[in-house]
Amino acid sequence: MLLRHTEADAPERKALTINPAKTCQPIGAMYAALGVHGCLPHSHGSQGCCSYHRSQLTRHYKEPVLAATSSFTEGSSVFGGQSNLLQAISNIFSIYDADVIAVHTTCLSETIGDDINQIVRKAKEDGLIPEGKYIFHANTPSYQGSQVTGFASMCKSMMDSFAEPADKPGDHIAIVPGWVEPADMREIRRIVEAFGVEVTLAPDTSGVLDTGLTGTSQYFPDGGTTIDELKACGSARTVISLGPSASGPAGRALESRCKVPCEVLELPIGLQGTDRFIQSLSVITGKPIPEQLKWERSRLVDLMSDMGQYFYGKSAALWGDPDQIVALSEFLCDLSMFPKYAVTGTPGKGFMKRMEKACENASGPCRYEEGQRADMHKMHSWIKADKPDVLIGGTHGKYIARDEDIPLVRHGFPILDRIGHQYFNTVGYTGGMRLAEQILNCFLDRQDRDAPEERFELVM
Amino acid sequence: MALTPDPAAVKEELLKQFPAKVARKRAKHIVETEGEAGQEIAANVRTIPGVISQRGCTYAGCKGVILGPTRDVLSITHGPIGCGYYSWLTRRNQTRTESDTDPNYMTYSLSTDMQEENIVFGGEAKLKDAIREAYATFKPPAIAIHSTCPVGLIGDDVHAVAREMKEELGINVFGFSCEGYRGVSQSAGHHIANNKIFTEVVSHEAPTQHFPVPEGKFKINLLGEYNIGGDAFVLEELFERCGISLVSTFCGNSTYESLAQARHVDLNLVMCHRSINYVATMLETSYGIPWAKVNFIGANQTAKSLRKVAAFFDDAELTAKVEQVIAEEMVKVDAAKSSIVPRTAGKSVMLFVGGSRAHHYQHLFKEIDMKILAAGYEFAHRDDYEGRDVIPNIKIDADNRNIEEIEVHKAEALYNDRSSPEAEERLKAIDGEGFAEYNGMMPEMEAGVLAIDDVSHYETEKLIELYKPDMVCCGIKEKYSIQKNGVASRQLHSYDYGGPYAGFAGAINFWKDIDMMVNARWWKLVKAPWDMPEDASAAEARMVTLS
Ligand code: SF4
Ligand code: SF4
Repeated sequence: MLLRHTEADAPERKALTINPAKTCQPIGAMYAALGVHGCLPHSHGSQGCCSYHRSQLTRHYKEPVLAATSSFTEGSSVFGGQSNLLQAISNIFSIYDADVIAVHTTCLSETIGDDINQIVRKAKEDGLIPEGKYIFHANTPSYQGSQVTGFASMCKSMMDSFAEPADKPGDHIAIVPGWVEPADMREIRRIVEAFGVEVTLAPDTSGVLDTGLTGTSQYFPDGGTTIDELKACGSARTVISLGPSASGPAGRALESRCKVPCEVLELPIGLQGTDRFIQSLSVITGKPIPEQLKWERSRLVDLMSDMGQYFYGKSAALWGDPDQIVALSEFLCDLSMFPKYAVTGTPGKGFMKRMEKACENASGPCRYEEGQRADMHKMHSWIKADKPDVLIGGTHGKYIARDEDIPLVRHGFPILDRIGHQYFNTVGYTGGMRLAEQILNCFLDRQDRDAPEERFELVM
Repeated sequence: MALTPDPAAVKEELLKQFPAKVARKRAKHIVETEGEAGQEIAANVRTIPGVISQRGCTYAGCKGVILGPTRDVLSITHGPIGCGYYSWLTRRNQTRTESDTDPNYMTYSLSTDMQEENIVFGGEAKLKDAIREAYATFKPPAIAIHSTCPVGLIGDDVHAVAREMKEELGINVFGFSCEGYRGVSQSAGHHIANNKIFTEVVSHEAPTQHFPVPEGKFKINLLGEYNIGGDAFVLEELFERCGISLVSTFCGNSTYESLAQARHVDLNLVMCHRSINYVATMLETSYGIPWAKVNFIGANQTAKSLRKVAAFFDDAELTAKVEQVIAEEMVKVDAAKSSIVPRTAGKSVMLFVGGSRAHHYQHLFKEIDMKILAAGYEFAHRDDYEGRDVIPNIKIDADNRNIEEIEVHKAEALYNDRSSPEAEERLKAIDGEGFAEYNGMMPEMEAGVLAIDDVSHYETEKLIELYKPDMVCCGIKEKYSIQKNGVASRQLHSYDYGGPYAGFAGAINFWKDIDMMVNARWWKLVKAPWDMPEDASAAEARMVTLS
């Protein structure tokens, strides 16, 4: 057994986290910043954090993930990291010729209390920021929140730092897409564009973390939201924040700063989640729902009903980001399944309320928790007591999957051992079809594997 | 044969884009080799902020590298959640328990997940509770506490907590002050881990009778082998076939017990000099066990290393056995080589990795006739480049000073000097390296190539542009950037999830992988047909076959 020390009646814990269902803020900030065109994320702290974050993002995307660090030493920890950051800024602009630097802090620089605003002001005074280049930043102490908080803070900072208030709103829509994959960002754009309106996604990692092989490497790939687009978010007719945890703060910041009306939705994953997104778009644009999208919806429902018997009454265990879990849970219920267990290390009481709502139509009892010790170890002990039919979450779940012989659908972050997540969307109706297919195939493969010979079916 | 472009010109080109101050510093880290000892290179100094280096932190070196592979020491990361999370199963240390019920904690990541109130009011109380809960859950033989950056800053005393918990729980509990900001790279973490493993495990258990004296006639330890991709398994088997008793590996596939038994051997073999030489020296000082530098990466190197062991013990039966095993293995090695060399000969490679691999792997490449264009370490010190003779001349700076230097004394009752001048002469006859000697990477490199320390992302890209190598070996962060250029890259930390690469069997695996990487069809498909220069008749010919 891989996790041989996990038992159904695990001792209570109030201080120790075991096999976390979250990680720290800066990696989220780094991921968000990579979605800005020409932007180099910069980790203000010791170099280990940056190395860890780059490594994990690289393993997930199998793509270059460029980011710099202030490389603190003991001296900087005592005297503050100003001179390190100033040096870094000067080096990044002259060596890598970045258009933008997105600074995030780490536990260390937060504990020391470095004031990034003041350091950036000093950089400006010292002439370290070339004409037409930018620095923006987010505070991302990991002793609060999780990677989702870091992502949310960096997105918010994009709005706070760049969005320009306008007298007259434009026609375009701004979307904060949430912590989703590059393929999802493409799909979100396609859905909005189907309404015939212009859209800015901020951030947008498509074209950054899913680039092709051409024989030339670029420090800064062609994708990403440009600074001009970020500025123009201030004149959007509406901003839609997809995923309250990851995108809520950015949307609301834009609303309060530039008076752009903000609508916060759950991620458009699955049937109803996508329905709401599309209805909102129709209301916002004043346009009817495009036939294409209606047709896509009907195909998803068709699939759900054709194969409904295999989904019916089945249960899942989920872990990861709250936005993903809530949206997936609702979709599971639409598939006549239910989220038997769900844990997220990302703290926030809102999660419990949102889950309650998402599980309104659940066909079985749902147990979910959030916070520090809502970890994979705890979930595993629940599983030991009573198994679900499928596991849905990041790669770390494969250890439970193997020990307990439960199929695993890889979803969310991180996926370190399979590909596909970066290329094929799971948002929208098309994404719903992909998710449903992945879950379904688990059940069917299982049936094929386990059926007695006389009950082995050709047609299913 | 001289390289084109000329290394001196390349060096100049590498530095051109840097601000003057950066260029001055980096220049000292880039050396054109002369193929002999005595050249100096700057190493183990601070990375310049903003240059984008490969390096990680002290915590990674301690928790990830040294303690990571020991399966039954329960590691708890004291700090916010990230550090513990990222070091969760991300190094490929394999381990194999004897039974299904033996403890193995390597699949678990434990953290105190410090919150703001712990930062403000201190985290010791939470740490103590976490240790109690960890004990209740796992009942481990030993617990290790690893400090991350904020811990040192807020002044939590992990060592005091460890002492208290040791008393309370009746098991060994020890702490590491391995905050990421100490030192300039992972290397500081190795040193900190070495110190504590020695004092808190090896010498702590030495006077106790808790563990049996291991059996065997020719007893050795293997230091600095971490069982990435199963390397240690290959070597365990190899030693067994030779009749050599491997008592303890630091730390691949190890247990608390095996580490505690380390003092019972007659010879220590040092693989990764950088990460483990401190333990080697301490075992020598305390118990009189000499150490010899070995390298089990590369077939000839493996043979040589086995011969060193045989030479040390100077036993006819052992020598015969070792020669027999080498002969048997070399048949397979030669067969593999002769099928692969025609496809790899003349291909070129650069290696920027780690603290010993950039040296060790050069042997593997040379054995399949590949050319080394440049090589450098990520976190090594000058002695790993220039040889241990340079150690007295290395300047101690502020960054080194904050790593605890411990004084180790002769353990009088247990000390037994197993070295002899004769044994040393026998070792020297094999490769010139006697006890506690390592000549470093640079003197072994051909003249006229580049040794580059702590290479930056910019430099790596520039080198690819200038040299157009067939392959660049580094780590995960660099791999995909390199490959975007259409150049193969193999990770030498994780072996791209392949391996083992150690020993004879590992060498054969490695060559097959390199053959695959440099000759793969996918590189030839990068250019679309419409981007290929071709004459009109060829395009027409294709039209014809289609119709
Ligand atoms: S540098 Fe510090 S905070 Fe960062 S990973 Fe290392 S120990 Fe953790
Ligand atoms: S938890 Fe803090 S110290 Fe650790 S990796 Fe994250 S930012 Fe760095």
